[in-house]
Amino acid sequence: MKKRKNRYAFYLVLAVGFFVVANYGRYNTLEYIPISVTEATNTDTSFDKMMRVLTHERCVNCHPNDNIPKQGDNSHPHYFGMARGKTNMGFDATKCNTCHQSENDAYSGVPGAPEWSLAPAAMYWEGLTRIEIAESILDPKRNGGRTSEETMHHLTEHELVLWAWDPGVDANGVLREKPPVSKEDYIKAVKQWFAEGHRIPSE
Amino acid sequence: MTISLIVNGAPQTVEITDGNTPLLWVVRDLLNLKGTKFGCGKAACGACTLHVDGEAIRSCSYPIKLAEGKTITTIEGLGNEQDPHPVQQAWIEEIVPQCGYCQPGFMMATAALLNIIPEPTDADIDQNIINVCRCATYYRMRKAIHRAAAIQKETTAKTKE
Repeated sequence: MKKRKNRYAFYLVLAVGFFVVANYGRYNTLEYIPISVTEATNTDTSFDKMMRVLTHERCVNCHPNDNIPKQGDNSHPHYFGMARGKTNMGFDATKCNTCHQSENDAYSGVPGAPEWSLAPAAMYWEGLTRIEIAESILDPKRNGGRTSEETMHHLTEHELVLWAWDPGVDANGVLREKPPVSKEDYIKAVKQWFAEGHRIPSE
Repeated sequence: MTISLIVNGAPQTVEITDGNTPLLWVVRDLLNLKGTKFGCGKAACGACTLHVDGEAIRSCSYPIKLAEGKTITTIEGLGNEQDPHPVQQAWIEEIVPQCGYCQPGFMMATAALLNIIPEPTDADIDQNIINVCRCATYYRMRKAIHRAAAIQKETTAKTKE
């Protein structure tokens, strides 16, 4: 009886040891197979084109989920401790317009556009999937009470939205990255998506 | 391009070729008001802070063409030796400056803050006074900001009497 128990224990240790050795590299180097988001979404539907823009940092940087604007192509938190404040425009005396004006400033590299501000807190997109962003922009509780028609006009006409294609240079004089779809194609895609019933695909 | 503006209470007209010239250089080089300083040129350090229509603005990132018809106040227009602004008075009392270079920007930012929040808390100061001082006079500045608020309150009370 004791002999049989020992044999079971031996096989158990052997199996565990084999499992550990076989998987040692995998678990220690955190190997994984990355799924290319670009590959998965790089199609030509109007929804895909629109979302390639709306998920770009030129848009998401000002739709934060933590009330802190993001900056740059790497979306780092805005320097100097700037945050949303009471009116989406920064703090009482030091606000967005303390530095950001109605147009880009090439000498200092400070970006600017009319109504430069954060999107309201309810309109956060940071961390959302394409589907969640689409649901958000169609939800009057999260889109500023806009109808679909108004949302379409906002997305295709508002100067601050279209600033994404004229983002100017940064503090080092380097051109900021533009969204990966041209402005004309984006506008066409948004209008088409709304005209076709603004259906959100299931992924 | 001709730009008309009011600087420290006086109407000014400037002729300038490049409308994107920062307000800072117009104030310093054309109007010869050297109190406003150039620091980083990237709207980061705040040494160039002045007021446009009463609000704190980084003048290094503010094109002169946007100043048309606006009212500009620089540190020279905030107060003077005979009649200092509460912020200037507090800065003197608390002996804030070390090298002094960044101080006009801090004082202008503080004056703008007191216009909106007459008695700022430490949290208000942390959020709104985000200029950079390489001498690290932040501790004395915080005291001076509270002192300026007190002076302003006293002055306002006396004016009402």
